[in-house]
Amino acid sequence: MTLDHLLRPFEFEFFINGLTVATLAGALCGLVGVYVVLKGMSYIGHGLSHAIFGGFAASALLGINFFLGAGAWGFASAMMINGVTRRRRAIGSDAAIGVITTASFAIGLALIKRYGSGGKNPDALLFGQILGVSDSDVLALAIVTVATALVVFFCYRPLLFSTFDPEVAEVSGVPTARVDALFTLVLAASILTTMNVLGVTLVAATLVIPAVVARMLTDSFGRMLVLATIIGALCGFVGMNLSYHLDIPSGPMIVLTGSALFAVVFAATGRRGLRRAGALRDHAGELTA
Amino acid sequence: MTRGGGSEALIRLDRVTCRYGTEPVLVNVDVDVRPGDFIGVVGPSGSGKTTLLRAIMGTVTPIAGSVRRRAGLRVGYVPQIETVNWNFPVTVGECVLMARGGRRLPWPSRAEKADVHDVLERLGLAHLQERHIRCLSGGQQQRVFIARALLRQPELLLMDEPTAGVDVATRHEVLHLLDELNGGGLAVLLTTHDLNGVAAHLPALVCLNREVVASGDPARVLTPDVLEKTYGAPMDVLEHAGMPIVVDRLPPGNVVRMPPRGSAR
Repeated sequence: MTLDHLLRPFEFEFFINGLTVATLAGALCGLVGVYVVLKGMSYIGHGLSHAIFGGFAASALLGINFFLGAGAWGFASAMMINGVTRRRRAIGSDAAIGVITTASFAIGLALIKRYGSGGKNPDALLFGQILGVSDSDVLALAIVTVATALVVFFCYRPLLFSTFDPEVAEVSGVPTARVDALFTLVLAASILTTMNVLGVTLVAATLVIPAVVARMLTDSFGRMLVLATIIGALCGFVGMNLSYHLDIPSGPMIVLTGSALFAVVFAATGRRGLRRAGALRDHAGELTA
Repeated sequence: MTRGGGSEALIRLDRVTCRYGTEPVLVNVDVDVRPGDFIGVVGPSGSGKTTLLRAIMGTVTPIAGSVRRRAGLRVGYVPQIETVNWNFPVTVGECVLMARGGRRLPWPSRAEKADVHDVLERLGLAHLQERHIRCLSGGQQQRVFIARALLRQPELLLMDEPTAGVDVATRHEVLHLLDELNGGGLAVLLTTHDLNGVAAHLPALVCLNREVVASGDPARVLTPDVLEKTYGAPMDVLEHAGMPIVVDRLPPGNVVRMPPRGSAR
């Protein structure tokens, strides 16, 4: 394989667009995924992307802008999950995610079957269309990425405190309900702009894999944020290139690149990495050990 | 109750009643915490100890009665060590710094760095700043969370079961540290299950079983009568070196035979 061969796809504008989007989306999901994984909500990415599909169908039916309609729908679903979990402690967040997001996905399927999808291709949303991204998709993703970076940067401590220790954070004067709502907004916007290019079914992996790989490599929160962002961007960049050369759709290739990286780091870090990443919530045994 | 003198109360709970659902958890509870106080709250599981802490902190709103806080009161809270997520990726330095509000940027200012270093130095943790919180001894872990609370320069330190699940050496270490901090003027209020190892050593106790059964000096409060009302189980109180020692009184004919103290298991 020559350098020429490697550089050939860069002659195509559609490829460069796709590469930009994949790298940006990877970085964005890597960053947001750190909080998702540490809150023990790894499944929320999978759930919210399905929920947003309901919002897509509803906005197509009502003829409103996809980003606004589906975004508001996604945010409302995430707030409902928080609300259900807070009000009824007997219902865990995993169960709340299962109920609300699947119901929302079902609404989406029902609406599309009954009323059509308003000219937008539902398949593209389900499985991604990274090579056919429009300028508005790129712009939306870029705006959300910058906004998320700003939120993480300027709310670093309140976000960290309420992720690690919500009760003490509240006592210490952190407005945890507002911080949670802000994070939910960031999460919904990230998933919305990413699923548009990667597809409903693959968003979850881009949120979880970079964060888990980063966790195996460091014990510091600050370093984990930086590492997960870089790993996410790298998986997007490498995955897109492999997708061209191996002629495999870009969404699956990006996820497979991440999975391969996970396997390598998992094996290389051995027991130390395992202990760091394993059983993120299981800590009782560690105390007596 | 006080070590520092009877000035204005930091916190005053006046006939406070709290309820979760229809179940009352605290009923007509009066508690005063003054500067320099060192108070232990004892009671069985479900007696409302943690709810009392939450009412003091203001994260639970009473349905009756009032909680009066001195204006501008700074409260530090140390959670039960068993509730901490030990797999969360934070180093000792990051853990202590996260409680510091005010600054927008992720990294600490020079003044904050100095404050973190000072508080860690004071608690003997300065050399461990880059360690992950799991890679510490039990006493060190407890001190990290005390350091985090102290960074806010509180006038009142609240601790939920600071000695639950820790060994004897750690318990002594924690009690010595708290005594030192209290000697420096910090008011401390903690909950505990440990009557002999912790409660009997404190200057003041509150015996809680949804309502306050008794409060005051342990020598006066730790009596078979009060303990039975608090725990709903018969207990005897012996005396050793001027300190009350509480022992279980098992009903006669019980098949459980406790082994004599010091024998091998």
